[in-house]
Amino acid sequence: MAFELTPERLAIFEELLPKYPTKQALTIPLLHICQEQAGHISDEVIEYVAKKLSLSTADVKGVVTFYTLFQQKPVGRNVVWVCRTLSCELMGARDITRALEEKLDCHVGETTKDGEFTLLEAECLAACGGGPMIQLNDEYFENLTPEKLDAILDAARKKKDGGCAVTFSPVGIRARKEH
Amino acid sequence: MPVENPRLLTKNYDTPNSWTLAAYEASGGYQALRKAIAMGPAAIREEVKAANLRGRGGAGFAAGVKWSFLKTSPDKPNYIAVNADEGEPGTIKDRTLMEKDPHRCVEGFIIAAYALDVHTVFVYIRGELVLAIKRIEQAVREARAKGYLGDKVIDQDFKLDIVVHAGAGAYICGEETSLLNSLEGLRGEPRLKPPFPAVVGAFGAPTIVNNLETLATVPTIIELGGDAFSKLSRLHHLRDGGVRLYGISGHVNRPGVYEAPVGITLRELIDDLGGGVRKGHTLKAVIPGGSSTPVLREQDVVHAPDEKHPLHAWHGKSHLDVPMGVDTMRGLGTMLGTCCAIVMDETTSMVRVAENLMMFYAHESCGQCTPCREGCAWMARLCQQVRRRHGHAGRPRHARRRRQQHHGQHHLRARRRRGDAHAGDPEAVS
Repeated sequence: MAFELTPERLAIFEELLPKYPTKQALTIPLLHICQEQAGHISDEVIEYVAKKLSLSTADVKGVVTFYTLFQQKPVGRNVVWVCRTLSCELMGARDITRALEEKLDCHVGETTKDGEFTLLEAECLAACGGGPMIQLNDEYFENLTPEKLDAILDAARKKKDGGCAVTFSPVGIRARKEH
Repeated sequence: MPVENPRLLTKNYDTPNSWTLAAYEASGGYQALRKAIAMGPAAIREEVKAANLRGRGGAGFAAGVKWSFLKTSPDKPNYIAVNADEGEPGTIKDRTLMEKDPHRCVEGFIIAAYALDVHTVFVYIRGELVLAIKRIEQAVREARAKGYLGDKVIDQDFKLDIVVHAGAGAYICGEETSLLNSLEGLRGEPRLKPPFPAVVGAFGAPTIVNNLETLATVPTIIELGGDAFSKLSRLHHLRDGGVRLYGISGHVNRPGVYEAPVGITLRELIDDLGGGVRKGHTLKAVIPGGSSTPVLREQDVVHAPDEKHPLHAWHGKSHLDVPMGVDTMRGLGTMLGTCCAIVMDETTSMVRVAENLMMFYAHESCGQCTPCREGCAWMARLCQQVRRRHGHAGRPRHARRRRQQHHGQHHLRARRRRGDAHAGDPEAVS
């Protein structure tokens, strides 16, 4: 089935369009908006974005595969990124990864059986002063210990808003909500 | 001597709701903008030059000089691209500015745009930093509602819009030409220079790419005056001026972001600001300014007996006692980078550190050039083998040969052995 943006999300795109000198510049923002709706970037999404911006699907696919934040396969309702780079590792990031693997019963790169969480490793998330840290959807949790993880995961399980739109997007609807 | 803590850039960090326009204006916000507009563009550029403001993104190029390279043409607009793609391991300073004092950033963008006759500023923020993106977007909205942005900036005949652009997770996009490619909707692969962005930048138009902290410092420069700002630095005489944000992480008691004059020493950063190495442990090594900057050790001393050597004043002192400035750090064979240090104590395995960082570079290599794309993964694997004690005597030679292969030298040497005297000579036609 062909992919279509909801009118509410399309409005965000229309609002961004006149701000850039070229249509192609919208590739990354539009992919973010689409990913917020679809959960991941499927071939249908790539075709939709290419058509919307008058590009070839190869151009769009090239962008999708280049950037880490674009998910190329379906992910869980929540995405957990564990920072594995130096400062966090010095402070015990490997214990956090191990604890998460145990608590979620899945390995890094996999989704839990109930589809609630996808566990991924991230490169430096610019929170080195608060290592070890994780990013859960669009939120940072710093200065972690394995004991603190339970409460964070439970809270995420209970949060039911948004369905697959939980895949965070820096320019989508969730980003526009008051905070 | 205790480190001075001037609290100019971090003035509002502890204010409740510091990210709102009301809080920023209550502490004197946007007064620098009014002063700047009264001064006029040329005078602003002169003040920034006099401030000896070195770029805060890593390269340390003088911002005032960079601004003078902007090549305007009548048929193309000028742009400013703000580099807020903070991703260098260890670097944590720009995120705090965006989250805690977004209006200071926005005010800096407006003053810079006014000085350079720019009508569109693109702020490229790392996609992961959702809160920072929200805060800067909200600040732009508030500033527009208040008349600091839009068709008439503070009732002047000057039009300005700020576009917040979220990246999508690529370390390389912190490099200025990759950032421009990414902004244009392409893969974030670097461009060949020249032409430099100041001549051909975003969308083919002249563009100044500045780090976010560099521009967030501009309101303070206007407020104090360029020369007075520069003199806050301990390295004013080396044309490295002002105050800046320092970050510290790893094995210290108080990791975080601190403001201090340019030119404090690494020892002061670790002991006075960072609270010292964690209890019961001793310092092993420090990465002074983000993972690309070579490691320093306490036991190494400066060797500069020649009086003309830039580091002669510190001859015989530990590397940790040399002031952190762009030129002094270069003299030590490392770089100042982003001024965000990673501290490691004696429990750290340096082989594992190298492996960790090589894994980072292997993952983040953009893949455009072979030495980095293939080499980083090779180096990560080699480090892993050494760590697991699978290394053997041939390994270093093996590593050297791989490196030569990546640089094309191995092949050239073989050709030279076979009697091709011109192998590798760019002048020779093969």
